[in-house]
Amino acid sequence: MRHIISVLIENESGALARVSGLFAARGYNIESLTVAPTEDATLSRMTLVTYGDEMIIEQIIKQLNKLVDVVKLLDLSDGPHIERELMMVKVRAEKSNREEMKRMADIFRANIIDVTDCSYTIELTGAGDKLDAFLKAVNEDLIMEVVRSGPLGISRGVKGLGL
Amino acid sequence: MELTGAEIVVQALKDEGVEFVWGYPGGAVLHIYDAIFQQKAVQHILVRHEQAATHAADGYARATGNVGVALVTSGPGATNAVTGIATAYMDSIPMVVITGQVPVPFIGSDAFQEVDITGITRPCVKHNFLVKRVEDIAETMAKAFYIAKTGRPGPVLVDIPKDVTDPSVRVPYAYPKKVSMRSYKPVEKGNVRQVRKAVDLMVKAQRPVIYTGGGVVLGDASDELRKLIKHTNFPVTNTLMGLGSVAASDKHFLGMLGMHGTYEANMAMHEADLIIAIGARFDDRVTGKLAQFCPNAKIVHVDVDPASISKNVRVDVPIVGQVKPVLKDMLKFLQERKTAPDAAALKEWWGRINAWRSVDCLNYANSDKVIKPQYAIETLHKVTRRRNFYLTSDVGQHQMFAAQFYPFEKPRRWINSGGLGTMGFGLPAAMGVQQAFPKASVACVTGEASIQMCIQELATCSQYDLPIKIVLLNNGYMGMVRQWQEFFYDKRYSHSYVDALPDFARLAETYGHVGMTIESPGDLEAAYKEAFSLKDRLVFMNVIIDPEENVYPMIEAGKGHHEMHMSPHLSAERELA
Ligand SMILES: Cc1cc2nc3c(=O)[nH]c(=O)nc-3n(C[C@H](O)[C@H](O)[C@H](O)COP(=O)(O)OP(=O)(O)OC[C@H]3O[C@@H](n4cnc5c(N)ncnc54)[C@H](O)[C@@H]3O)c2cc1C
Ligand SMILES: Cc1ncc(C[n+]2csc(CCOP(=O)(O)OP(=O)(O)O)c2C)c(N)n1
Ligand SMILES: [Mg+2]
Repeated sequence: MRHIISVLIENESGALARVSGLFAARGYNIESLTVAPTEDATLSRMTLVTYGDEMIIEQIIKQLNKLVDVVKLLDLSDGPHIERELMMVKVRAEKSNREEMKRMADIFRANIIDVTDCSYTIELTGAGDKLDAFLKAVNEDLIMEVVRSGPLGISRGVKGLGL
Repeated sequence: MELTGAEIVVQALKDEGVEFVWGYPGGAVLHIYDAIFQQKAVQHILVRHEQAATHAADGYARATGNVGVALVTSGPGATNAVTGIATAYMDSIPMVVITGQVPVPFIGSDAFQEVDITGITRPCVKHNFLVKRVEDIAETMAKAFYIAKTGRPGPVLVDIPKDVTDPSVRVPYAYPKKVSMRSYKPVEKGNVRQVRKAVDLMVKAQRPVIYTGGGVVLGDASDELRKLIKHTNFPVTNTLMGLGSVAASDKHFLGMLGMHGTYEANMAMHEADLIIAIGARFDDRVTGKLAQFCPNAKIVHVDVDPASISKNVRVDVPIVGQVKPVLKDMLKFLQERKTAPDAAALKEWWGRINAWRSVDCLNYANSDKVIKPQYAIETLHKVTRRRNFYLTSDVGQHQMFAAQFYPFEKPRRWINSGGLGTMGFGLPAAMGVQQAFPKASVACVTGEASIQMCIQELATCSQYDLPIKIVLLNNGYMGMVRQWQEFFYDKRYSHSYVDALPDFARLAETYGHVGMTIESPGDLEAAYKEAFSLKDRLVFMNVIIDPEENVYPMIEAGKGHHEMHMSPHLSAERELA
């Protein structure tokens, strides 16, 4: 099963390596991992997406909790939550397909954030499958470069991850 | 009080009540060594290889329960210490290892003797720190000790760049009285409702077994465990790491379980309807094939580390907490109950267990011509039983024979590397124990292969007058390897013969010790007696044993508890009868 886990971790050098090292050393799957400081500069918040059966996910959560730098974590998959991922796609946008690209961006509620004579850079936010759908919809030959952030997650309602 | 970084390191050790530091100097720790030179409270023991510094600190920690401390330089000093750190990590031993590092501005430049030791050790420490400011040393040291000894204990490494201990920089010093970390809050007591659930199962059980491990030793809960056993009349088995937490002479004790465990312990586990696991981690040497592990049992598991619970085996009643308070609660709730454990069922259960016992699975064919390793250990027990005795071990057959044939009556008396199985552990660990208990009798049982992995420490023993008794069970083989090759590789003894052995007795003598070579079973007891009567001397006993004795019983890796190989001697005996 796919799980998305949010982790509050001390913002210290080596903290990220402890998490990634844990996944490598114990052979856990890691699909994506994003990390950035929080509003409290001494803390970072990490979102990671992993796969595994129930026993493995339980171990992943326990092993993460066991890391001395980890302050708190929440398996978002346990409850209602929202996921968003940011993608930037650079596409060839020359005379013939400039209009078409613009239309496509509009349909997906994406923004064109950089323009040259021959390219657009399109910014798109949404759940992962929406980003996938966009990439599918665009002619493959026109895609020059894609960068995705990996999902971020937050739980719905009052429940959440805080100190 | 204003101190230099180096003085802060040493002062922090004093404030932690550290008596001994095992170490080896080098460029990056010279300032610290200078501070050590100028004081007396903390005694530094100079080893001959950094691996031994960590093993000695580890042995000290296992025997005393205190945090062991080692100090090594950057680069090769630090990498040499890694085996000892990993050894302590696998067995959850509280230890603080201080490593020197190149000066902060040089970090990352491939400077002379630079290694990323926090990176290298990350997977084999409980935690590690790189201290970049002199102002942070005291607090970091306090955290290191706190983390090492609380919760599930383990080694903590503190990496200190040379410029941070610069003698020209002084800062105010105050050692934190209390450590509190928002990210690290170890649990103490177990959840009372869970303990009650466990007690419900215990009073209903027909075929219970208590299976305990290193956690009972580490958590100093041997008394509580013994009370629980007395109250319940339940059978108990120990892992290799748990030996001594129940008196081996207690009739409730079934011996060790697992790969080289007793027939009765493994059969009882296999047939049990309730397993009460206490401070044990369901290691693969213990469980064998998971699918066949305790097929009919409900499992209660007490462990301070939630990650140990349901890691390999799903448990029915998890109890996260320190063994000591949990066992106290368990006993209290049992005593409050009107219904006691089912006496009739237990009687029947004990009947079955005693039938398994009567197989006498450790029985061996002794000889009057060649010394059998089993006999060597039994005789060691005979000679040392009334002494204040500690036994350390290296890794191999001799370790298993010691575990099977030396009946330990108290915890912290049997000191060996179980999780990592580190050859070379025995002698330096004995140094740590002897340093802690100068008056005690400390012996190290070893093999001719293992001893050569840290034999240079005979010099350390000379320098510090450590009267350790080394019992080398010399079979001329890496016996444990040879046994597997005999069983599983058609006796193709690939590189397991230990050729070109030195004359160990003479080697010991050149280090200033007493050496003995013992070849005949008839001479063994007298030799031991003589050795142990030499109170102030290290005696190296090279005991020449049967080269091809095997350790029985044995469960092959990946087999179930009921599929033990028994000694061929037993079946021969049975056929005769
Ligand atoms: C050659 C060789 C052969 C071996 N054969 C065997 C064998 O036949 N049988 C055998 O048993 N072992 C054997 N071993 C050892 C084996 O590899 C493991 O080291 C051992 O089984 C682990 O013991 P344990 O489960 O007691 O765990 P330990 O490693 O001692 O772990 C202790 C557990 O207790 C917990 N704990 C620690 N402190 C506390 C506390 N205060 N309160 C609560 N919980 C706590 C920890 O979290 C951990 O889960 C062998 C080793 C070697 C080298
Ligand atoms: C450092 C290290 N290297 C290799 C091994 C694998 N190993 C386990 S037991 C053993 C043989 C030990 O031989 P010896 O010390 O003579 O003991 P014996 O089994 O003969 O009693 C070996 C090589 C190990 N445990 N540790
Ligand atoms: Mg040998």
